[in-house]
Parts: sequence; structure tokens; C-alpha cells
Amino acid sequence: MSAIEIHDLHKSFGTTTALDGLDLVVEHGQIAGFLGPNGSGKSTTIRVLLGLLRADAGTVRLLGGDPWSDAVALHRRLTYVPGDVSLWPNLTGGEAIDLMARLRGGLDAARKADLLERFELDPSKKARTYSKGNRQKVALVAALASDVELLVLDEPTSGLDPLMEAVFTEQLREAKAAGRSVLLSSHIMSEVEKVCDTVTIIRAGRAVESGTLADLRHLTRSSVTAVVAGNASPIAALPGVHDVVTTVDTSGTRIAFDVDNDDIAAVLTALGTMGVLTFTANPPSLEELFLRHYGDELAAAGVPEPSAGGRTSDGTPR
Amino acid sequence: MTAAAATPVHTPVSTSLADSFAGTWLLLRFMARCDRVRLGVWTASVVGLWLYCATAFTTVYADAAERQQRAELMGTPASILMTGPGYGTDNYTVGAMFANEMVLWIVIVLAVMSIGEVVRHTRAEEESSRSELVRAAVVGRHAPALAAMLLVVAANLVIALLSALVLVTISGLSIGGTTVMLGGTVLTALVFAAVASVTCQLTPHSRGASGLAMGVLGAMVLVRGAGDIQRQHGSALSWVSPIAWTQQTRVFVDTRTWPLALSVVAVVVLLAVAVVLAGHRDFGAGMFAERRGRPHAHRLLRSPLALAWRQQRTALAWWTVGTVVMWLATGTYLKDIGPMLQDMSKDSEFVSQVFGEQDLSYAFVSLMMLFAGLVALGYGLAAVARARTEETAGRAEYVLATPVSRGRWLAAQLLVAGAGAAVLVVTAGLALAAGAYSVGAHDPHVGTYAAAAGVYLPAVGVVLGVAAAVYAWAPRWTAVSWAFLVLGFVVGMFAELLRVPGVVQRLSPLWWVPRLPAEAMAWPPTVGLAVVALAAFAVAFVGFTRRDIPVT
Repeated sequence: MSAIEIHDLHKSFGTTTALDGLDLVVEHGQIAGFLGPNGSGKSTTIRVLLGLLRADAGTVRLLGGDPWSDAVALHRRLTYVPGDVSLWPNLTGGEAIDLMARLRGGLDAARKADLLERFELDPSKKARTYSKGNRQKVALVAALASDVELLVLDEPTSGLDPLMEAVFTEQLREAKAAGRSVLLSSHIMSEVEKVCDTVTIIRAGRAVESGTLADLRHLTRSSVTAVVAGNASPIAALPGVHDVVTTVDTSGTRIAFDVDNDDIAAVLTALGTMGVLTFTANPPSLEELFLRHYGDELAAAGVPEPSAGGRTSDGTPR
Repeated sequence: MTAAAATPVHTPVSTSLADSFAGTWLLLRFMARCDRVRLGVWTASVVGLWLYCATAFTTVYADAAERQQRAELMGTPASILMTGPGYGTDNYTVGAMFANEMVLWIVIVLAVMSIGEVVRHTRAEEESSRSELVRAAVVGRHAPALAAMLLVVAANLVIALLSALVLVTISGLSIGGTTVMLGGTVLTALVFAAVASVTCQLTPHSRGASGLAMGVLGAMVLVRGAGDIQRQHGSALSWVSPIAWTQQTRVFVDTRTWPLALSVVAVVVLLAVAVVLAGHRDFGAGMFAERRGRPHAHRLLRSPLALAWRQQRTALAWWTVGTVVMWLATGTYLKDIGPMLQDMSKDSEFVSQVFGEQDLSYAFVSLMMLFAGLVALGYGLAAVARARTEETAGRAEYVLATPVSRGRWLAAQLLVAGAGAAVLVVTAGLALAAGAYSVGAHDPHVGTYAAAAGVYLPAVGVVLGVAAAVYAWAPRWTAVSWAFLVLGFVVGMFAELLRVPGVVQRLSPLWWVPRLPAEAMAWPPTVGLAVVALAAFAVAFVGFTRRDIPVT
């Protein structure tokens, strides 16, 4: 059984459809990335998982229970970091951390002290004097100091500096090593790419892509640049090759193109016959995957699409 | 933008002064636009109140004899506390009646509006760090404060102008007298706006700043009342209060305008103080640095109830201190009130008819308990509204994601609100008793005071229960519950004066409360209120466990 299983989830607010048949699975002991821009339905999904919002339709199982009716029992086994952490202005950060941990049933004092040190957080300052990043740290320390099965993190690194992001990433790895499951919502590709086992990309309330990073990369293209001694023109005729650019100079023919990952073997064979001088191939980044699904929105906003992997967008304009 | 900035050569002094007000006009227009609905409601309310009074006074008190009967009631301490120094009661014209009976309330309403606007546009903006954005633009240090003050002046003037139109056309008051009366109310309201601009410099919290200014307003209302009770037409104590500075113009009776100058001087001095204080503090800070707190939570801070209490305790402490001071001070008058009213009964047939043969100090105690009920409603409704704030700020969601059930969370919020309101009512009763006992007035007995206060608890419960139910089922409408306070106030204070229809009076839960000790205890309405209160709370809990959180 999975830690989180969502199937065909629907949720509307008045005439606004927030979730439109979402599917999402988080396996036990895995870190699942939940990727999408603002307003795509990530926070709504998380609030349904926390039993704060009632689903209109669809099935949702959280740690084997029903998030709406078993909310209190389930919440003993998870922690949550909201996307925009708002704390009680007259409580100090330390007080807020202790309070949240006690509401959940206890706190590992040594672990709290360790986390405060790693995140360089002063717990004796009143919450109203904290910056956004420091409020975020309070919520992270409170969440990471608890002994739970599942971490639900809604854009947890917004407002953190790169140093603290690194600390956070390290903490996630430790959580995974301890057997915890993590749902990490984010719009920061590099963060998801670094730590996540699986990724679900959400768009307009439904999952448009999900699987392991390897699976997803398999579905898309790599960008290849090579300099060959011979004639490079046969490459352009191979199946799955796109956007070929060739330039001829004194050292040879420089050829750059994108290739569908399923067709890469034929390309390598062909290149081998041309006398390869230099060769680089870049796997598609998650960012490219992501942009592939949102390319039409970018185009509508006047931003040129990315070169690698993004040309034949199958995301239908809505 | 400014003339100084455009001139190539200019002295540093003039530049810094002009620059410190740069952008004022732009901000003023922005504030007016933000508040067009809010200020519209205030304007409509005040003008509507004048309109209603103008109509009611001309129909209910159509002839001089009826007004004279009303005038005879004006000498009781309870009346003085609720009206003015009593100028013109020997020839109670419509103008004199307005000046004596309405000015106090209009001043209070305008002052509350003005304090709210000043705090909202200066300290609250600074606290939310929105004004950090604004101040980073071409906006001078003092521009937001000046713009807020100008907005308040403009709002007050518009209200006064429309009110004057009503009074001159419907009640046929003289233009000169109306100008003095309404000009006085505006000037006094501006004094309190200036007080707010000072309190905004003292504390970094908007809640604290408006609390301090409201506290000054409350104290000044009490001081004026106490001063006027001491001596007819006011004593030296009355003159301490800015409210007297408009009431003492004796408008429509024997007009003098020089007391208005006191308000002008006070506004100028207070604004100067605010400017000096503002120059001595950092952006976002108060006059005193933010203290550090405990790095670890107290061992008792471990439940939603402890958290709610922690959030509310400071406010409740201040409300309690204010209540004790006011009711204790008022209690010290109880010894003189009995004989005073008996003298009045001897002189006036009408007064003895209204108050009958009973000890007239009982009526005064009943009135003070009604005030206590209203104060408790004010605190309670504000406390229930805090639940809504917790939700919109995202803190409710954060707590409800822990193993805290919705019922437990809501119960914590309501328990703190309800218990706080109950504490205030009972404290008021006991403080009044303590004041009376301290001057040797042992009748009524302290137990009677406690009962007179306690009998308000079911009615307060009804209002808070309904407010909670509205919050649970229709959270966006939470603020509508404040209508109960307005209704309770209008019915309690003006039912007789304005002949409010009986049906409307019955809508106010406070109307059903037996007015101990002037009236006898009545169990059926008291038990009925308690049952309604419990039902309303039950409805609230059912609704809260069913809806989405947060609703923003």
C-alpha cells in the first residue's frame, strides 16, 4: 500500500475548477516531487490530503485512511509545512516550534537543537520580526524535528537562501534514509531533480506527466552536439532527429540537434561512421520536461520556447 | 514632483521638509480609493442617524411641552452620563435638545472612525510592511501620516456637511448654530485622530495603537460625564475632556465659540508631538525596541486553548483594567444619586412618574450593567472575529494539520472569547459595587450587583453563539455580527428617545435581560436566552466540522 493514493480527484470553488481528475501516488519511503506553477492546484491537493478541504469526487487514501474522516488520527503520523508560513506574531520562533511539536505529541529536544543550529535560526526572536525565510525555517524545524511517517511540504524552500536550501536537501535525504515518505510540492526544478524518486507534473488540476525521473526522461529528448570530420547531412534524415543546425569550419562539421531518447541508438551508430572529433549529449533536464508541458503558456506570454525537447509540445492549448 | 525638487538651486532645509511630505497627494487619493466603501458606510450611518433623529424629534417631541418633559429627565446622573452638561433645559428647544443629547454620541462615532482610519493607514500599513513598498517609492517620511490625517479631515467634513443639510432642512435649525455644533464635533473627533497619530508612534502594533487611542477616548467620555455630574453645566473636571470643548459652546442656547480653540490647539500640539516622536524611531519600530522572548515554550503552552489564551490575554487584561477603572469610578457616585433624584422627584411630577417610588440609584445600577453588557459584547465579538483572522492568515490551517480536531480548535477560540466577555461583565458589576461601598453606599448589596451583572451572561452568550454560527457557516460574513452591538446599543440607549419599534427592540438579545435591580428577576426570558445560546453554539460546531478551511 502507498503512503498517498489519489485517483480522479475533483474539487471546485464556486465556478473555479481547482482539481480536474488528478491522480497522484506516493510510495512508502520515497520522495515524490509535485511540480507545477502557481495556481495549478498543488496547494488545493495538499489541503484535501490534510482533510481541510472536502473532495467533490474521486478517491483519496492517506497512510491507509480517509483524510477527511480520519483527520485527527492521521495527523499524528504526518507533519506539514505550509507554502506561506504565517506564525503567531507574539510568539517566539522557539515557542512556535515547541507548540507545534507538542500538538503533534512530542518533540525530540536534541534534534530541535541540532536543526536550529543547522538552519542558523535564532529561536528567541518574536515571530513578527522574522523575515519570510526565517518563518519558513521555523516551520521546517518543527516538521523535521518530529518523528512521523510522512512529510507534506508545500514549496518549503521559498524564501530560503541557497545555503539553507542545501541544508534542507540534506535533511530530506536523512528523512528518506530513516524510512519516511515525502510529498514535496515545488516549482523549483533543480530541487526536485536533486532529491525526488518520482515526479508528478500538474497542470490545470490534472497530472500531465508522472513517473520516475528516468521514466520521464525516456519520454523526451536529449540534445546532442558533435564535431565530425565527414559529411553530417545523413543525420538530419534519421527518424526522431529534430532541429538540426550544421556549421562547417576548418576543424570539421559542427552539428547540433535534438533526438528522441528512443531513437538515440541509431544516431550513435550513424555518427560512428562519420569520424567523430568531439561529442556531448545532455539528458533533458526536468526544467525542459516541465516547459514542454507549459510551452504553450509561455508562447502565449511571448516567451520563446526552449530549444531542447520542447518543440513538439503535446500540451493542447486550453 | 515637488516644487523644491524641480528647482535647480535650493537650500537643504527646505528640501528635506518638502521631501518629507513628497507624494502626499498621491497617497491621499490612493487611501480614499481603498476606503470608498468603508467611509461610505460610516457617512451613511452618521447622516442616517441624524436623519432618524431629525424625523423622530420633530414627530415625537413636536411641541414645547413634550420637550420640557424630556428636559426634566436630563438632571439624573444616568442621563448626564449619557448626554451632556444640560444647557437649555429650562427652555428645551429642538436645537438645545440636539446639542445636549446627540453631540456626545456623534463625537464618539466620529472619533472611533477617525482613530480607525489613522491607525489603518499608518501603523497597520507599516506593520504589514506594505508601506515599505510605498516608502521605497518617491514618498516622504511624513507623507503617509499627513495623507491619513487629511483623509480623516475630509471624511469628517463631508459627513458634517451632509449632516448640516439634514438638520437645516428637516429640523429647521439655524445655519450658524448648526455650523458651531457640527464644527465642534468634527474638531473633537480630530483631537482623537491626533491622539491616534501619537499612539501610532509609541507601539509597533496597530492593535495596540488603536487600543491606546480608544482607551483615551473611553477615559475622556467618563471624565466628561463625571465632571458634569459633579456640578450642573460642568465642573473643572469636565474641561479636561475634549468632549466638553464642543459641548461647552452652549450652542443653540447662549453660543460661545472660544472653547473650540482648545480643540485646535490640542490637534496642533498632538501632531507636533507625533512628528517629533516619528523622527526618533526607525521604520517599523516603536519607541522601544522589540524584546526578545523565550527560546522554549512554557510547559503549559501545549494545546489550542493555551494558544488562544496566549493570543488574547493581553487584550483581555487591558479591557479588564479599563472596565475596573470606569465602573469603580462610577460607583463612587452612587451615594449622592439617591438623594439627588429624590429632590428632582419632588420638583417634577414627571420625574417621579418615570422613576416611581423605588430607590432611584437602582435605576442607575441597571443602566451601568447595560453598559457592561455592551462592553462585553464588544470584546466578545472582537474575540470571535480573531478566529476568522487565524483562518485568513493561514494559522488555523497550520494547527488543524496537527492532531487537533476542528471542534477542539473552535471550542478553544470560543471559550476564550466567551470567558473573557463573562469576566468583563462580572468585573464591571463588582467594580461598581466596590466603588459604591468605598463611599459608604451599602444598598444595593454586593450580591445584587453580581446578580445584575450575571443575568447578562445568557444574552451575551446568544450574540457570541450567533456570531460563531455565522463564522462557521458563512465565514466571509463574520463581520455582520457587529450589527448586534449596534442594535444592542441603539435599543439600549435610544429606544425611548427615538421610539424604536417594539419588534426591532426584541431583536436585540440584551432587550430580554431583566434590568436588575430596578426590575425584578424574570426567569423565563433568562432561561430562554440560555437555551438559544446553547443552540447557536451547537449550530456553529456542526457547521465548522463540515466546511472547507480556509475560506478566503
